[in-house]
Amino acid sequence: MNASPDLTINTELAQRILTGFIRSEITRTGLTRAVINLSGGIDSALAIYLAAEALGPQNVLAIRLPYRTSSADSLEHAQMVIDDLGVQSMTVDITPMVDPLINNFADMDAMRKGNIMARMRMIVLYDQTAAFKGLAVGTGNKTEILLGYSTLYGDSACALNPIGDLYKTQVRQLSRAVGVPAAIIDKPPSADLWSGQTDEGELGYTYAEVDKLLYLLIDERYTPEECIEAGFADGFVRSVVERIRRNQFKRVLPPIAKLTNRTIGYDFLYLRDWGT
Amino acid sequence: MKMTLALAQINTTLGNVQKNLQKHLALIQQASDRGADLLIFPELSLTGYVLQDLVPTVACHPRDDDPVFRPLLEASQKLDLMVGFVEEDERNRFYIASAYLSRGQVLHVHRKVYLPTYGLFDEGRFFAWGDSVQAFDTRFGRVGMLICEDFWHASPSYLLWLDGADLFLFQSASPGRGLSEKPDLDSARWVNHILRAYASLYTSFVAHTNRVGFEDGLNFWGSAAVYDPNGNQLIEGPAFEEALTLVQLDLNQLHRTRARLPLLRDERTALVSREMGRILSDRSRSSGR
Repeated sequence: MNASPDLTINTELAQRILTGFIRSEITRTGLTRAVINLSGGIDSALAIYLAAEALGPQNVLAIRLPYRTSSADSLEHAQMVIDDLGVQSMTVDITPMVDPLINNFADMDAMRKGNIMARMRMIVLYDQTAAFKGLAVGTGNKTEILLGYSTLYGDSACALNPIGDLYKTQVRQLSRAVGVPAAIIDKPPSADLWSGQTDEGELGYTYAEVDKLLYLLIDERYTPEECIEAGFADGFVRSVVERIRRNQFKRVLPPIAKLTNRTIGYDFLYLRDWGT
Repeated sequence: MKMTLALAQINTTLGNVQKNLQKHLALIQQASDRGADLLIFPELSLTGYVLQDLVPTVACHPRDDDPVFRPLLEASQKLDLMVGFVEEDERNRFYIASAYLSRGQVLHVHRKVYLPTYGLFDEGRFFAWGDSVQAFDTRFGRVGMLICEDFWHASPSYLLWLDGADLFLFQSASPGRGLSEKPDLDSARWVNHILRAYASLYTSFVAHTNRVGFEDGLNFWGSAAVYDPNGNQLIEGPAFEEALTLVQLDLNQLHRTRARLPLLRDERTALVSREMGRILSDRSRSSGR
């Protein structure tokens, strides 16, 4: 067994499929434009490079949504992407929308605050999709979707997601290939909800490590025991497996209680692309 | 004898038969203008692939009183056609089917025998299984048609070979998957291995055409291809894009290849039948040992 699977992808092929996906899934709705919450991190940078190629930069709106504690780097890095691509852009400070709610609750912890910020960004993003006549392009990768490292109805909210079947390791590889600035690719990934926060610090392991494990568990269908046998630490494997299971609720629509003979989600089955 | 085969790799509108029919008629005209004798379309070319609850609303009947088949049968006066559709039988079972049309007649309908119902596939939930595999005569010789998963099982193509097929026409709506460092997807590579193997083992022509476009998150990879009786690829259409790809087949290649390599002559069909009978006589094991 191989504890070090090769996650290398053919970036040209990935780029071709993903730009085709964005173009197809937006234009078949009758729209031609995309709106992206550009955080300054690698995931949204990759998504916007793909969207700009698929639709043309003039048809893409990048929104920067800083909170007062957001790092200056995030704003700068987002600006680098906007300048490089020539996409349309806007900046909306979410502080005056977020703080009144936070200030209502003296005991609010960092996670609640972070969720409020993520959901406020979603509100601004979706409002701009209506104003710009575009669809919200998602920026969640396969690693964070599997680990549930996102806010439900917050940063995970989107109309379509071009990068959700790429592990973070592969996001990095594809980002290099499409020309995302090195400063964005090389910095430690962070949700930037509070100062000094990093994904890998919060998760307790690196993306490079967990991506290999996820690849074996999910793509190669290894059992947890086989992963341990292949060289991954027992506790690491168990905690990741449990984390995947516990976060299933973030990956599905809420269950509807069945009463009739035909119920949405169970026996009313159509693709979203129905009729197009 | 030579013939010009045209392979249509098209995108479809999911559940809109009229719109897909118009695209068929336009491509038939194009293929005819370019001198094609036979034009083949992908699996479910008249309906789109992930139909789910749309199945009963898109079904039709391969007869000249059917509003979808009437114009196709008229068009088949110009050149022969193979199209993909949902067939509803007289007792209201629905099949994934392909029809071969020639000079205003339906020469043959194949109903997909193997419905993949695993992984991303859910065909067995919505469709009935076909229950027959037969070759049929055309003006280009004897032909066998299979649909996607049918050719992932070795037996249907083997039966068609023994039933006289020298030209295999395969149609797919194959979702692209399996991204690695290689320049093509696993799914594309797997299919092309099989096409080449069948052409070589059956010393026959194998033609395959496949959908392009997207349905929700699924991509379809196109790359229609034809292999000759020596197992050589004669042509391959582009990946992921709509295309009409024409190739001339020199049917005399069957004679030359089989003079060199008499696999068909030497096939021990009585032995196959005898051993098959023995293996399957144990009724507790209907799928073999």
